[in-house]
Amino acid sequence: MSIIAQYVMNGAMLGMMYALVAVGFTLFFGVLDVIQFAHGDVLAAGAFAALAVWLGLTRLGVASPALLLALVVVAATVATALLGAAVARFLVLPLKGAPQLNVLLVTLMMGTVLRESIRLFYPGGSQPQLFPALLPTSSVALGEFNLRIDNVILLAAGTVLIAGTSLLVTRTRLGLAIRAVAQDEETARTMGVDFRRIVLLTFALGSALAAFAGVMDGLYYNEIFFGMGLLLGVIGFAAAIIGGLGNLYGAILGGFFFAALQTIGAVALPFASAYKDVFAFGVVIALMALRPKGLIGERTSERV
Amino acid sequence: MRIILAALLFSLAAQAKETVRIAFIGPLTGGNSAVGLGGRNSADLAVKLHNAGPGSKYQYELVVLDDECKPDAGVQMATKAGSDRSIVAGVTHYCSVVAMATVDTFHRFGLPTIVWGAVLPDITYGHDFKEIHRVNGTMINQNETNAKFMAAQGYKKFAVIHDTTDYGKGHDKYFTKFITESGGQIVGDFGVTADQQDFTAELTQIKALSPQALYFGGLTPIGVRIRSQMDKLGLNAQFDGTSGIVNDDFIKALGPLAESVLAFREGAPAEKLPGGRKFLEEYGKQGYSNPPEAYGPFAFVAADLLMQTIEKTGPDRRKIIAGLAQVKDFDSIVGKITFDDHGQNTVPVITKYVAQDGKWVLWEESEYARGSRKLRGK
Repeated sequence: MSIIAQYVMNGAMLGMMYALVAVGFTLFFGVLDVIQFAHGDVLAAGAFAALAVWLGLTRLGVASPALLLALVVVAATVATALLGAAVARFLVLPLKGAPQLNVLLVTLMMGTVLRESIRLFYPGGSQPQLFPALLPTSSVALGEFNLRIDNVILLAAGTVLIAGTSLLVTRTRLGLAIRAVAQDEETARTMGVDFRRIVLLTFALGSALAAFAGVMDGLYYNEIFFGMGLLLGVIGFAAAIIGGLGNLYGAILGGFFFAALQTIGAVALPFASAYKDVFAFGVVIALMALRPKGLIGERTSERV
Repeated sequence: MRIILAALLFSLAAQAKETVRIAFIGPLTGGNSAVGLGGRNSADLAVKLHNAGPGSKYQYELVVLDDECKPDAGVQMATKAGSDRSIVAGVTHYCSVVAMATVDTFHRFGLPTIVWGAVLPDITYGHDFKEIHRVNGTMINQNETNAKFMAAQGYKKFAVIHDTTDYGKGHDKYFTKFITESGGQIVGDFGVTADQQDFTAELTQIKALSPQALYFGGLTPIGVRIRSQMDKLGLNAQFDGTSGIVNDDFIKALGPLAESVLAFREGAPAEKLPGGRKFLEEYGKQGYSNPPEAYGPFAFVAADLLMQTIEKTGPDRRKIIAGLAQVKDFDSIVGKITFDDHGQNTVPVITKYVAQDGKWVLWEESEYARGSRKLRGK
């Protein structure tokens, strides 16, 4: 029993990270109908920004873990929000009206530029970097189940963040504007919504969520590396698709669903765990064939 | 005046000698270039020492080629060296995938080569080509030493995680073979992809099997993740690694968690080798901008062995191959060298390492061997 709890906990941590990335994809698709393939690498950039800030602060003599953590998270989210907004401003918006394939290609290349830049310009960037443990590391052993306090905190923080994003989209004026742009850009414009501003804010919001996922990844694994965004990006995108691209709750569901598939692939199936991604993506392909609109189809519910 | 005259005479004498060209092939650019440049410099040093020394019949020239640690580039460079008839032999490759890819090329051109760094057994054992030799040991020797050592330390139950490349699978195969022969038992064996991030599912399963030690066959990046996630799940087994993790990055990325990790590597630190001090002294005199790195001494020995063989046989590819087949108890700075019928050195040095206080320390010199610190999981 306790071993199952451990698997659920492992899966939940993965699911939370995937969900945070997937929400970004879904937000971008909602407002602009584009797929931002540099999203995963924006996440990696956020994680490295966090690490750089931590190194700087510790060198300045800041020792309090709580203060460090707060500053690191703020710095990473701000830096990544700006980066996300810049991608929207200089790469995505100028291509509005061009075939969608162009946006896809441009962001894909931007992702490679970001990834390789970290590898080349961050000192020792081609090797994994140690990420500090800023959360309390104590744990409670319940049989086979090792419940770590930092994991609980990360899960709680992720939940709060996702709930906050959901509230922001459904309950605030900004959210109203985002939903308006998502539903009908022309009408939203005539109603006085500043389209450009909303797009930039949405990209900043989605990227900030990715930054949190990046920091969470760093705190969870105590290690980040330049290519971390590549697979997280693909998985986040797949999660957004199986959830139903453009649907916030679908993205969250998709994230946890994918993590569950990976855990099942590694644990319960009678082949080498190296095939767990083959299994998980295989199920995604099958699901897309069966439910092309995703688990929560775009038509049946309101798009972000 | 006399000095100038002597120098003039010397250079005349040198010019009178026939020039013999040998190739050096290794990764000079890319992620493995540090080791490649160290190997290049070491081979260069061997050539310089030989040319400066008395009594050699030939003047040697090193032709340096870059394989980028990529099979396609490696085959190109092997073809370049093989098709150039003025090159009579080669000191070839650090990366196993590249060394594996070029075996056929060297055979086709009949170019005798000595591998100076790659550890995959099949490079020498996967064929019957007489051209290919190797001075360093293979992962077979490494795992034999590892298994015997672990058994002697009293470890019986092992879990294995290996990556699913040839490198990881080879380690898995030979470690499993030798540890079972030594009376050990593998309770779980997990193949993982070489860029996997999350190992919690595998490690949770392993924890339930409660092994005393976890053997890891793979390279630094995932080794770091596995060690760190073991700690998160409260899996307190001894981490038993391979040559793939013996580098500073592994310890830097793990911090205090690296403590007590074991690893094994072909060769030994240069200063511990029989003629290592002399080698390092001469290396230092040349003012190279890179250190020789772990495999520099092997590149040095490979070049030296080729030149000594050429002195006996003359600069003819076929005769050199026949000459290399006779190599037995050749004294070198990496210990005695004897080639078996596959051209593999049968008496390679394997060194045991343990991570202690943020450094890779020779087992024999560690506090663990002295007993003042204890390995895990016993």
